[in-house]
Amino acid sequence: MSILEPSVEVLKDLHHRMLRIRLFEEAAGKLFEGNKMPGFLHLYVGQEAVASGVCVAMREDDQVSSTHRGHGHLVAKGGNLNQMMAELMGKADGYCNGKGGSMHICDLDLNMLGANGIVGGGAPIAVGAGFANKYRGNDTVSVVFFGDGSTNIGAFHEAAAMASALKLPVLFVCENNEYGEYTPRHKVMAITDVVDRAAGYGMPGVIVDGMDAIAVHEAALEGLARARAGEGPSFIEAKTYRYYNHHGVQTLGMKYRTDEEVEEWKKKDCIEGFEKRVTEAGLISADELAAVRAEVQAEVDAAVEFGENSPYPDPSTLLTDVYTEMV
Amino acid sequence: MTATETATENAETARELTYVGAFNEGIKQLMREDEDIFVAGEDVGIQGGVFGSFSGLADEFGERRAVDTPIAEQAIVGLGIGAAVAGLRPVVDLMFMDFIMVAMDQIANQAAKLKYMFGGKAELPLTITTNGGAGLSAAAQHSQSLEAFLCHVPGLKVVMPSSPHDLKGLLVACVRDNNPTILVKNKAMLGVTGPVPEELYEIPLGVGAKVREGTDVTIVAYSRMVSESMKAAERLADEGINCEIIDPRTVQPLDTDIIVESAKKTNRVVVVHEAVRFGGLGAEIAAQVQEEAFDYLDAPVARVAAPFSPIPFSPGLEGHYVPNAKRIAAGIRETLGRPAPGA
Repeated sequence: MSILEPSVEVLKDLHHRMLRIRLFEEAAGKLFEGNKMPGFLHLYVGQEAVASGVCVAMREDDQVSSTHRGHGHLVAKGGNLNQMMAELMGKADGYCNGKGGSMHICDLDLNMLGANGIVGGGAPIAVGAGFANKYRGNDTVSVVFFGDGSTNIGAFHEAAAMASALKLPVLFVCENNEYGEYTPRHKVMAITDVVDRAAGYGMPGVIVDGMDAIAVHEAALEGLARARAGEGPSFIEAKTYRYYNHHGVQTLGMKYRTDEEVEEWKKKDCIEGFEKRVTEAGLISADELAAVRAEVQAEVDAAVEFGENSPYPDPSTLLTDVYTEMV
Repeated sequence: MTATETATENAETARELTYVGAFNEGIKQLMREDEDIFVAGEDVGIQGGVFGSFSGLADEFGERRAVDTPIAEQAIVGLGIGAAVAGLRPVVDLMFMDFIMVAMDQIANQAAKLKYMFGGKAELPLTITTNGGAGLSAAAQHSQSLEAFLCHVPGLKVVMPSSPHDLKGLLVACVRDNNPTILVKNKAMLGVTGPVPEELYEIPLGVGAKVREGTDVTIVAYSRMVSESMKAAERLADEGINCEIIDPRTVQPLDTDIIVESAKKTNRVVVVHEAVRFGGLGAEIAAQVQEEAFDYLDAPVARVAAPFSPIPFSPGLEGHYVPNAKRIAAGIRETLGRPAPGA
């Protein structure tokens, strides 16, 4: 694909979103290492091109449903880093007032319908949002991000069957990062390309390089346009890789993958590769890229400070929001 | 507001309708009132539901609002969740209560918790309708009463109507509620008739009803066990035992006050349900009564419920499985220390 196709504005947007995810995640990892972050931490680092490529192609009113590895999707949808960091730290000023944490982070105002602690759990919900769009007769599209592993679970297949049978405006985006937790995909999946599963639901499917934000962006534009035109769901398989362990901040020395493999994927890093391409093509200067990085780093540093300064939720909120009170 | 009061208020417009007919009338009236309400599920469109609950909806509202779905319970509930978060007011149907277990992740991990996990930011005006209860030789996978599963999950409301009148009024409350609600019809009652006001009326969730005034013992029963308890009470009246019957109508939230108030008056409580005895609502109600009214009790709180086995197919076995008026009466005599007649 020609690098000249997207406008410079789109390229800058892709870069900005990828950097916001990367630097946010690296900061979260440091806090986790320093025991300042309770619970589980599933870092998105390595996969930034997927969330960014898709979200730049989306409209603000389009919905997203996400996974347990969901910070990247919220950042890419425009999430507020202060509220995100505070939520990850279990603080009162977090997105969910400290009640959700990493695995349930959401921003309904941004139409980000939530990360999800249950593998595959977000797919049926995204299909429901797609149903609402069609019911209302608007051309909003619902996008569901999910991993390769979730395509082994029933909820994914039921969601795909529902979306295709009812011809709903849904875009299925599979982030194939080659591992379901600590198990290589090839050991638990008899096919090489996850996208093959789309055919069973009559959905057009495409494989893209998930380390290339421009390629992801283009594929997403096609799937979104198809959904907006009332032609039903599409499926994108983005081949990508997570640098960190399933959970936590370890990268090397795993039983289930080799260090060499990690190093090979890092050579295809989505941000480094992107920066090299746009500077070599003379589209964005190295100085400008560095300035953006400094600006995002400052935003992330401020988010860490915001989270650290935020109090834990008041115990009086323990039992609020279990139900909506009727008036 | 009690069932009796509601019925009295609307007595002028009440006609005899079946249980399923009351549901059908209620859902149609709700859909006429609010364009955001739709129904989705297996066979709910052209067929109108396997029990006729949704009969005529596709004709009146079109298949846009009476949506036939794949046999995919997780996706049916998920469809409702996503549509509700996006601002609609979905009614999704899981044909048999047994099938809730196929959809349990979406019900218990997603719908029930979404609001809390999101720090209160989500509204989830979702109604799940289903059909529970035994007595039709539907065997072990189409007859269960699983309300205790659902009541154990914070975030859900669980409703078990015992009459056509209550079914319509509680359906209206469920659909208008902004929380996920599960309305469980009893499928052995679908053809039962009773007075139902013509207009839309709402019976508030979490408010029980005293369906029989009495002095000697309180029977707590819901769904079909209310009518069986009424039969038992009539038999026992001939023996000089005066039963009070409380129908909580909603089992989550549970109207503990009305039960405790009655227990303090009669000093004896027997809980009746179709679900198996072990870990059932009876255990919860017994615990709450002893917490709130221990000093008033003249006997341990008793339970009349199904034995701890899957539900058998044969009428010859199922008849011994589901509690009936005879077993309820026996349980009450035991609690009162009265001998069986002729004993």
